[in-house]
Amino acid sequence: MYPPNFEYYAPKTVQEAIGLLDQHQGEAKVLAGGQSLIGMMKLRLAQPAALIDINRIPDLAYIREEEAALVIGALTRTAELGRSEVVRARYPVLSDAAAEIADPTVRNWGTVGGNVSHGDPGNDLPACMMALGAEYRAEGPKGARTIPARQFYQDSFVTALRPNEVLTQVRIPRAGPGTGSAYSKMERKVGDFATAAVAVQLRVGKGGSIDLAGIGLTNVGPTAIYAAAASEFLMGKTGTDSDLKRAGELASDASRPFPDNRGPVEFKKDMVRVWTRRTIAHALARAKGGK
Amino acid sequence: MAVDVAETPQAPGPITTRTIQVTVNGVTHKSTVQNRMLLVSYLRERLRLTGTHIGCDTAHCGACTVLVDGIPVKSCNLLAVQVDGRKVQTVEGLASGGKLHPIQEGFHEEHGLQCGYCTPGMMLVSVALLAQNPNPTEDEIRRGISGNLCRCTGYVNIVKAIQHTAAKMQNPAKGGP
Repeated sequence: MYPPNFEYYAPKTVQEAIGLLDQHQGEAKVLAGGQSLIGMMKLRLAQPAALIDINRIPDLAYIREEEAALVIGALTRTAELGRSEVVRARYPVLSDAAAEIADPTVRNWGTVGGNVSHGDPGNDLPACMMALGAEYRAEGPKGARTIPARQFYQDSFVTALRPNEVLTQVRIPRAGPGTGSAYSKMERKVGDFATAAVAVQLRVGKGGSIDLAGIGLTNVGPTAIYAAAASEFLMGKTGTDSDLKRAGELASDASRPFPDNRGPVEFKKDMVRVWTRRTIAHALARAKGGK
Repeated sequence: MAVDVAETPQAPGPITTRTIQVTVNGVTHKSTVQNRMLLVSYLRERLRLTGTHIGCDTAHCGACTVLVDGIPVKSCNLLAVQVDGRKVQTVEGLASGGKLHPIQEGFHEEHGLQCGYCTPGMMLVSVALLAQNPNPTEDEIRRGISGNLCRCTGYVNIVKAIQHTAAKMQNPAKGGP
């Protein structure tokens, strides 16, 4: 099964890639790992006139913890994200998710930048980035700008990224002491998209109450969803059973799932409720030094 | 005569092509391919290396797994132009000098296959797994091959074959468990 015909470019710099995107005026797609894009082209769900392969651009694959942020280059493979020690130690929501994206062979080629910019509500990293309060760096003809993950996703496969911009970096505020995070994915089998999945990051302050909370939801709506009410509810709470229960209900209210082979709407909403509660409990345990 | 899909014309407009240089199993090939040609089709139809199989053609089953610069990838989900300048290893590159690769011996000794359709992909993903983790637990093996489907064996003998190979590669004299 062949994709339709397209022009292929392998630029050596981000500037060159931006120039090519600008020249094609919305008819070109960036090819990073291609693990979603090539499949969609084979099925004619996507028919770009040109592919701009960014794999030949050096220095786009890295994971670095800086003074104020963890920065991840767009071309970092999801397998690499899963192996990173610093990620496992301080941003385990990403290690949890990286272990459940598609399968190990797909993860060898699929990228972090592709996963967050593709716009499929089934991608696992967008909800994590929402929970973490991440920002994306978008580079275009007029320079670079940053877009908060919580404002990036507009509709299925529709994002705030302009057709002549390349997403080059993900920037996550550095996790300080008392921070814990986790991702739980309910999936029917390896390689499937989530029936429902929940990303949580929170921080327990010196007084024992939560002073930072973010909850993201995967594949229970047209886009990844930031569960704002549930996140705000947790602020100032200590994380009692009833706190967790209420946050689960609020997250469930924020979900807008479609019925499909993975289950009807009522079931999915209930899974968001239950898995949010469990994932908060896991993140809390990690914030207090557990695994 | 078999139809070379890569040469089938497509309307409208001219089909775009590119010349690539790829080292497959140690042999460097210079080929002009359609931009849209998949790596698996390049290997099977152009180079006639038919050991790499097409199963689902949707990046789920892993029958088309090959190593690109030593890393397992699903060659039905990669364009031939993407491997320009890279090294590819297929199942045909495992044995050398008429001697089976230890992973091939493992699958032979432990009866790690029935119909054999998934076997090339299973062996290549195992070679990469053992290069990274020479002494994997059963759980690590099962996770490592979770991108490869087998519909015959129930995986039991595949896991045994990989364990056999791991033991043999660590202690060649003993010849496995």
